[in-house]
Amino acid sequence: MTFLTLDYFDLGLAATLVLVNAALSLYLGLGLERRFLIAATRMAVQLTLVGLVLKALFNIASPLLTALAALCMILFAGREVMARQERRFIGWWGYGLGTSVMLTAALLVTIFGLSTQVRPDPWYDPRYAIPILGMILGNTMTGVALGLHTLTNDAARNRAGIEAQLALGATRSQALRSTARGALRTALIPIINSMSATGLVALPGMMTGQILSGIDPIDAVKYQLLISFLIAGGTGLGALAAVQAGAWRLCDNRHRLRLDRLTDSKS
Amino acid sequence: MLNVENLSRPGLPTISFSLARGTCLAVMGPSGSGKTLLLRALADLDPSSGEVELHDENRNQVPAPSWRRRVSYAAAEPGWWAETVAEHFTNWGKTKQLTGALLLPSDIGVASVARLSTGERQRLAVLRSLEKSPEVLLLDEPTGPLDKAAADAMELLLRQRMQEGVGILLSTHDLSQASRMADRILRFTKIGVEIVST
Repeated sequence: MTFLTLDYFDLGLAATLVLVNAALSLYLGLGLERRFLIAATRMAVQLTLVGLVLKALFNIASPLLTALAALCMILFAGREVMARQERRFIGWWGYGLGTSVMLTAALLVTIFGLSTQVRPDPWYDPRYAIPILGMILGNTMTGVALGLHTLTNDAARNRAGIEAQLALGATRSQALRSTARGALRTALIPIINSMSATGLVALPGMMTGQILSGIDPIDAVKYQLLISFLIAGGTGLGALAAVQAGAWRLCDNRHRLRLDRLTDSKS
Repeated sequence: MLNVENLSRPGLPTISFSLARGTCLAVMGPSGSGKTLLLRALADLDPSSGEVELHDENRNQVPAPSWRRRVSYAAAEPGWWAETVAEHFTNWGKTKQLTGALLLPSDIGVASVARLSTGERQRLAVLRSLEKSPEVLLLDEPTGPLDKAAADAMELLLRQRMQEGVGILLSTHDLSQASRMADRILRFTKIGVEIVST
């Protein structure tokens, strides 16, 4: 296995393209030059720090530190899910719902992939566990955020229709069925589209990275397929759990629609 | 039949009254006084405190969906959740026979809800509530958007249901309608509510 190493001059040369973008923004009066430079600097600092953390984590290979890193990733993802909601649940539910479903779905699927397909030794080897969890978590986060966003917005928009069904004796699951289905469809369509387009429209980053680092393309494809299947599983499981739990929280035990459990629309 | 003791919720004064089988209680008061809140609280669509009983059976002992089939609420601005009219009914074939009584075209079942007038929607919402054969009807301004002929037809249909034993709480701004339909009026005042005979 061979790969061409990059030195800091190579990275600096590539970074000039960001400077070109900033210059273009300045020339065209877009007002984006400052944001371009800040975003690129942030990316460089964040990735360097992550690289250092991962290097230390891989060297130590401690189950406790691996679990701690996984927990940090999930907590950040939970915050991101909450931030993407136009109407979020009030109180602990606002943060806890997305975080707990991602904790369950992403961890279950990652452990399933590690213990039955990748099978590193030890099974929690951070060199495999952390990147795989990261990829699954990133996609599950998108699915969960989209599902919850659609569920709460549609419930608020279709309040009259949902309450009309409840007033006629429908149970909360009957009254929210169509809203929950719509939310789940919205959550799952990106992963379906992504799988359909993979290989035709775009080469996935992980597969490309492996090929660039000298791995046989067929082996890289196998890894990519495995990860894509795990991502689909994690997203499906996470979105389903989030939408079901969200729909349950939107009504109380007397089958009333409780939009007062949501914050007001930010828009 | 329907006994209400110390019913209370935010935005509503404490209210007690009873409704006998086959009678109508008109609910009157200025806009925003709490008429809709009262009807929604009775249907258990919003949290409230106090005792509400139907035939001596406490509301809290009855599963909420069963309660709402027995005590049915029709909103002043009814909601819809499907494309066509018929999809909103469990048995449109049976309900269709009542469309003429409310001056609605018999083929309205295939119509798109989005194309209906406000008055047509209002009449269909009442038919939708009647389909469940409720013991109590909670009607929020059911004739508000109707012309006189359609309003008369609605009142006639409701009186027929009252003769069959259905109790009605009728929110209205029309005093003459309250006099025609009800023997008592629950009136929202600045200090609370009062019940007066028509």
